Amino acid sequence: MAPSLAPDLTGRVTRPAGSLVIDIADVSKLYKMGDEIIHALRGVTLEIRRNEYLAIMGPSGSGKSTLMNMLGCLDTPTAGRYLFNGKNVAHMADDELADIRNREIGFVFQTFNLLPRSTALANVELPLIYAGVPAHTRRERAAQTLTDVGLGDRMTHKPNELSGGQRQRVAIARALVNHPSIILADEPTGNLDSKTGVEIMELFEHLYDQGNTIIVVTHEEDIARHARRIVRLRDGLIESDGPAL
Amino acid sequence: MKRLIYELTESFRIAFAQIRANKMRSALTALGVIIGIVAVTLMGTAIRGIDKGFQNSLSMLGDDILYVQKWPWGNVEDWWNYIGRPPIKPEMAGPLNTVIAQTPNSLLEVAVPVAGRGTTAKYGENKVSNVITFGTTAEYSRILNAEFKEGRFFNDTEDASGRPVCILGYDIAEALFQDRSALGEQMFLNGHPYLVIGVMAKQGSFLGLFSFDNQAVVPLESFRKSFGTRRGAELRVKIKDKTRLVEAKEELVGAMRRVRAQLPGERDNFSVNEQGAIKETLDPIKQGIAMAGLFITGLSLFVGAIGIMNITFVSVKERTKEIGTRKALGARRRTILLQFLIEAVSICLIGGLVGLSLTYGLVFVVGQAFPSFPVEFSISLVFVSMAVSVVVGILSGFAPAWGAARLDPVVALRYE
Ligand SMILES: Nc1ncnc2c1ncn2[C@@H]1O[C@H](COP(=O)(O)OP(=O)(O)O)[C@@H](O)[C@H]1O
Ligand SMILES: [Mg+2]
Repeated sequence: MAPSLAPDLTGRVTRPAGSLVIDIADVSKLYKMGDEIIHALRGVTLEIRRNEYLAIMGPSGSGKSTLMNMLGCLDTPTAGRYLFNGKNVAHMADDELADIRNREIGFVFQTFNLLPRSTALANVELPLIYAGVPAHTRRERAAQTLTDVGLGDRMTHKPNELSGGQRQRVAIARALVNHPSIILADEPTGNLDSKTGVEIMELFEHLYDQGNTIIVVTHEEDIARHARRIVRLRDGLIESDGPAL
Repeated sequence: MKRLIYELTESFRIAFAQIRANKMRSALTALGVIIGIVAVTLMGTAIRGIDKGFQNSLSMLGDDILYVQKWPWGNVEDWWNYIGRPPIKPEMAGPLNTVIAQTPNSLLEVAVPVAGRGTTAKYGENKVSNVITFGTTAEYSRILNAEFKEGRFFNDTEDASGRPVCILGYDIAEALFQDRSALGEQMFLNGHPYLVIGVMAKQGSFLGLFSFDNQAVVPLESFRKSFGTRRGAELRVKIKDKTRLVEAKEELVGAMRRVRAQLPGERDNFSVNEQGAIKETLDPIKQGIAMAGLFITGLSLFVGAIGIMNITFVSVKERTKEIGTRKALGARRRTILLQFLIEAVSICLIGGLVGLSLTYGLVFVVGQAFPSFPVEFSISLVFVSMAVSVVVGILSGFAPAWGAARLDPVVALRYE
């Protein structure tokens, strides 16, 4: 019999939530596709605090990625208000948004999005380059973070020399290396087999225990149940928002 | 600032990784730049060579010699102001030298009369036409800035008594006597017998217009006997200090006016010419040739630049997702812009370096094979062509790099 992929939730702790990081109110997002207007989000209100571990769920096309991109300051809302750490994102210039993404947000993508011609170490160093960290410190921190995610012996490997799970670990190290306020992972296990997916989710669990704030987008119940709170989206609206059972 | 340096370092690393990963494509793109740089730098060396040829030719005229003549050098539009001038007579050299001798601290050394005409030189069956034959005094040897291949110049006695002796230019001597020595041989200038007492070393031609190696020099008295001096002559005046050319010229004009007994207020009825005037006439022509040459060769560089632009567009397209990822990780617009600019510039620089080496090799080979061919390679050419490569890279890479920098991160991330 195949091993159960349902998470073993016994004995896990929920840490007390901290200060408000994300505060969006009545946010909507429209996309124009020729003549057609697509309502990707239709008025979403959401508060996320430090030390939360949140899953955003919903069927394909429900607006999960759109919401995620908005939260990650990659995109700005068509309407509504977004305060990130108390600052209004709508009023920020391109470069300011870039700096927020660099310092405050760690992205993990479904397709890993590693630079193919750079080693694991160089990939993890990249956000530190954009942060202006000197080479020596950069290398040290990147190496330490890779060791933390269990890849201390793979630092000089290029992405094509790593397995899917290892690639995603490099991507997670890259997201972590600048000590962001939140980690945003959009379907992080979507391109992995279930066993590796579970390993990645265990890594998130570990990161949460260490005090990171994590938001995971998924359409799989088993994955979502790792989180402490689940927000369900449907057709660009929040359908439900409550603790994971 | 620090951040910018780190970004630049990373960009160079990525650029070279990218070039290495796409060797063939990069090589073909660089080829366009290579051809362009070779064309432009070869043209540059040719222009420098021509320039040097001009300089050499001009210095044959002597940069310390003033020419007193009826006509000014260069273009004359108001010819009616000159046509009526009295001819310059060889006899005026004497009075002019007297005036010079009387002038305290004169800047002028000596004035030498030179009368000239075209003749045909003959020795046995051998014949050379259009030989420029000069009649001058023994003092000509003082203003002569050329070497003898063999023999000597004529002396005062030969000059004064009008002895039929001559000094031949290199080419004439070679044409008439081939490998044999011309010294002591009897030859004919327009049928008048002359004894060869000297042969000049090879000097080359003046801008290819007339050759100093195609000249014969004879004593003025002999010239008068053989050909007459009705056609007039010129006076060549050597100056003492070429750094004070302008003052020397002024002094000479004053001296000539005295010799010619010109009244105050009367216009000079002679011209004092010097090589600088020729330079002024030739410079615009030279520049015109240079501009045209650089423009035409610049077109090939332009084609190379289009190749760079194309490859950068392709690179941006291929790496759209990477651009999105970088933006998600905090890359600013500037970061992305610089990254693709550096990639374009790197290919251009590689092309420029290869092109420059090829030019260097070609110039070396041409220099070995045709020593007289005017090509010249210079350090400034290295810097200029490297600068050109960088500018080409920036200009041609800018449009695609700017497009990349302005990509919406969400759109870039969704790109497959
Ligand atoms: N850049 C875009 N341009 C046009 N339509 C878009 C764009 N991004 C998302 N959409 C549309 O918005 C809706 C929500 O998409 P998305 O947020 O990606 O959903 P999910 O991640 O939940 O599958 C979909 O209908 C999708 O086609
Ligand atoms: Mg999605």
